[in-house]
Amino acid sequence: MKESSYSDTSNYLGRVRHRKHPSEVSPDADKANRSNLLVNDRNKYKSMLIRAYSSVWMIGGFSFIIYMGHLYIWALIVVVQIFMARELFSLLRRSNEERQLPGFRLLNWHFFFTAMLFTYGRFLTRQLVNTVTSDKLLCQLVSGLIKYQMFICYFLYIAGFVWFILTLKKKMYRYQFSQFAWTHMILLMVFIQSAFTVANIFEGIFWFLLPASLIIINDIAAYFFGFFFGRTPLIKLSPKKTWEGFIGASVTTLLSAFVLANIMGHFQWLTCPRKDLSTGWLHCDPGPLFKPEYFSLPALMHQWFPWKEVAILPVQCHALAFGLFASIIAPFGGFFASGFKRAFKLKDFGDSIPGHGGITDRMDCQMVMAVFAYIYHQSFVMPPSFSVETFLDQIIRNLTIEEQQLLYEQLGNFFQARQWLQA
Amino acid sequence: MQRENTMNILQRNHSGRVRHRRHSTEATPDINGPGGANLLVNDQNKYKSMFVRARSSLWMLLGFSLVVYMGHLYICGLIVGIQIFMARELFNLRKQANEDRQLPGFRLLNWYFFFTAMLFAYGRFVSQQLVNTVASDKPLYQVVNGLIKYQMFICYFLYIAGFMWFILTLKKRRYKYQFGQYAWTHMILLLVFAQSSFTVANIFEGIFWFLLPASLIVVNDVAAYFFGFFFGRTPLIKLSPKKTWEGFIGASFATILSAFMLANILGSFQWLTCPRKDLSTGWLHCDPGPLFKPKSYPLPGWLTTDNACSSFHFFQFSWKEFSVMPVQWHALALGLFASIIAPFGGFFASGLKRSFKIKDFGDTIPGHGGFTDRMDCQMMMAVFAYIYHQSFVVSQGFPVEMILDQILNHLTDEEQHDLHFLLGRILHERQLEQQ
Repeated sequence: MKESSYSDTSNYLGRVRHRKHPSEVSPDADKANRSNLLVNDRNKYKSMLIRAYSSVWMIGGFSFIIYMGHLYIWALIVVVQIFMARELFSLLRRSNEERQLPGFRLLNWHFFFTAMLFTYGRFLTRQLVNTVTSDKLLCQLVSGLIKYQMFICYFLYIAGFVWFILTLKKKMYRYQFSQFAWTHMILLMVFIQSAFTVANIFEGIFWFLLPASLIIINDIAAYFFGFFFGRTPLIKLSPKKTWEGFIGASVTTLLSAFVLANIMGHFQWLTCPRKDLSTGWLHCDPGPLFKPEYFSLPALMHQWFPWKEVAILPVQCHALAFGLFASIIAPFGGFFASGFKRAFKLKDFGDSIPGHGGITDRMDCQMVMAVFAYIYHQSFVMPPSFSVETFLDQIIRNLTIEEQQLLYEQLGNFFQARQWLQA
Repeated sequence: MQRENTMNILQRNHSGRVRHRRHSTEATPDINGPGGANLLVNDQNKYKSMFVRARSSLWMLLGFSLVVYMGHLYICGLIVGIQIFMARELFNLRKQANEDRQLPGFRLLNWYFFFTAMLFAYGRFVSQQLVNTVASDKPLYQVVNGLIKYQMFICYFLYIAGFMWFILTLKKRRYKYQFGQYAWTHMILLLVFAQSSFTVANIFEGIFWFLLPASLIVVNDVAAYFFGFFFGRTPLIKLSPKKTWEGFIGASFATILSAFMLANILGSFQWLTCPRKDLSTGWLHCDPGPLFKPKSYPLPGWLTTDNACSSFHFFQFSWKEFSVMPVQWHALALGLFASIIAPFGGFFASGLKRSFKIKDFGDTIPGHGGFTDRMDCQMMMAVFAYIYHQSFVVSQGFPVEMILDQILNHLTDEEQHDLHFLLGRILHERQLEQQ
C-alpha cells in the first residue's frame, strides 16, 4: 500500500492518516516535481476512490435505516453516540495514569448512562406513554418513572459525583479533575445533539433527513469544487479548505435544499410525526407546510419550462434557511474539530472509517446542524404547545370529575369578574 | 494581628494568596519546639481566627437577612451579584497572564458567553413572571412576548456568534491554551448558572424554598465548625484534613433537628411561603396551600401524665397534642441531604484547589476566602432543592389552580371562552349519560 509512505506525519499516538488535497504539497515532493506530479495524481485519485467507497457504503446503510423507520434511526443514533463517546473518552486518557486508577473508566460510562436516561426520558416521554397505554401495570410503572425521572437521574448523577470524590488519589488530582471536566464536555456535546436529533425524528423523519442530507451535500460539493477549482485557502485552521470550494458548495447546498425539500415533502413516511414507539406504516394529515401552493410563472419562463405554473411547498422556504445555515455556519463545526485536533496534535479522532477518520470526524458538522434544526423547528415550525385541544386533553386526562367541575366553575367566575372590570 | 501575619508569611504559596484557616486538629509545621509555650500561641491564634471568621459571618448573615426582608426581586439581584463575583474568581483561576497578552479580546469572550447564559437561564425561568409584570402595557407586552417566544432561538444565535468568534480568533501555537480556556468557560458557566437559575426559580415559588436550604447549609457549616473546634479528633477525609468525624456527625444531628424546627418557624410567615407571580416588590397575601397548614397530632398518653420527668415541663408537654406542618417532613429530607451529601460539594472544591495548588478561590471575605468558597455547598443544595421541589412538592399542590393558571396565561380570551364552552359541553354530556 503506497499510503504507508506517508507515515512521516504520524504523531506520538501512532495514528496515521494524511488526507491529500491538490492545494497541499507534501514536503518531500518539492524536489522532483515533474516525476512526482504523476505520483501525486495517482495517489490523489486513489484516496478519492477510498473515500468514495466508504461514502457509498455509509450512504447506503443510512438510506436503509431511514426506510426501516423511526425506531431504527433512533437505535442508529444511539450506536453512533456510543462510538463517538468511546473515541472521545479515549482521546485524552494517559495510560500510565489509568493503571493507577482502576474503575475510573467505569465512571465515564456511568455518567454516559445517566445522561442517556435523562435526555431520552425527557424527549421521549410522550412517545413512551403512548406505547404502553395498553398494559395497565406497565403504564403505571412507566408513568411513575417519568414523574420522578428528573429526581432519579439527579441521584444517579450525585452518586457518580460522590464516587468521583471518594476515588480522588493524592498527586493525581489534576489528572482526575481534568478527566472529570473532559467527561462533562463530551457528554454535553454528544447528548445535546443526539437528543435534539431524536426529538426531531419523532416530529417527522423529514426534519432529520433534510438537515443531515444538506451537510452531506455541502461536504461532497466542497470536496469536488476544491478538487477541481481549489486555489485560495480559506482559513489557516484547515489548510485543505478553499474559498472556491466554500462558495461552490454554498450555492449547491442552497439549490439542493430547495429541491430536496420538495422531493422529500411528498412522502408521508417522512413528513408524518410518530406519536409512539411503533414501527408500522404511517398515515396522517401532513399539515399546511407540506401542501403545495401554486405560483404561475411569468411569461418569460414559458419558453424554458413546459409548465405554466410551479408548485412550491411552504416548507421549501424553511429549507432555504436550513441550506443557508448548513453552508455558512455548519462548517465552523469542522473548523472547531480541526483546531481541537491541532491543539492536541492529533490527525484524526479515530480510524473506524477508511478514508474519513473516526466517527467524530464525520459528525462534527452534523452536530451543529442538528442543534440548529431542532431549535429552528421549535421556534418557527412547531405549532404552539398551548392550545385549546392540548388543554382539553390535559383536563380530561389528569383531573377527576369533581376537579373538572371546579375548574369549569372557576373559569366561569373569572370571565364574569373580567366582564365587570371591563364594563 | 502581627503574630498572625508572621505565621501566615510562612505559609505563602506561589500565587501570593495567604490564608491559613486554623483548626484544633491542624498543627502548624513550623512550631515544633517546646509544647507548653506553643499551646498558648496556638490557642491565641485559634481564637483570633475564629473571631475574624465570626465577625464576617455576622456581617454576611445580617446583609442576607436584610435582602430577604426586602423581597424576591432583591434576592434575585443578590444572586446575580454573587454569580458575577463567582464567575470572575473562577475565570481568573486558570488565566495565565503571559498568554492573555497575546490574545486581546479573549477575556471579553468569556463575559459574552456569561451574558448569553444569563439571558437564557433567566429568560427560561422567569419568563412567566416577566410576562405578568408587563401585562398592563400593551406594546411592551407584545415586545416581551415576542422575545420570549423566540428566546431559545435568540440565545442560540448569540451562542453561535460567540462560537464563530472563538474559532476566528484561534492563533497558531495557542490552540491548546485557547481550547482549554473555552472548555473551562463552559464548565464554569454550567456550574454557576445551573445552581443560580434553579435558586431563582425556587425563590419565585416562595422564599421559603430558598431560605430553608440555604439556612440548613449555613447551620451545617457552623455546627461542623464548632463541633470540630471542641470535639474534633478523627479526620474525615484526606481531601480536607480539617474536617473530622465528630464535626460531621454532630453537624448532621444539628442540621436535621434545625430543619424540623426552622420549617415550622419559617412556614408561619406568608412573606416566605407565598409564590410571587410577577416582578413586583409589594406585600404578598395568598393561601399558602395544604403544606403549610398545621396538622395536629395527639401526643402519646405517657408523655402528658405526671410520671414524666420534671424537666419535661420546660418543653410544655402540658399540651395534649402538637402541631406539625406537612412541610416539616419535606424539611427533614432537605436536612438529610444538607448534612450528608452537600459537604461533598466542599470536598470537590477542596480537591479542585489542591489540584491547582491554591489555598482559596479568592480573598473577598476575610476569614472565609472568596465567594466560591462560601457557595460550594450551597450550589449542590440549590440544585437538590429545586429538583426535590419539582418532583415532590409541586405535584401535591392544587392541580386545578395550576391548570387554571396555565389556561389564563397562555390562551387568548377567545380561546379561553372556547375552552370553557367545550368543557361545559363535555360535562353536560357526561351528566346526561349518567342519568
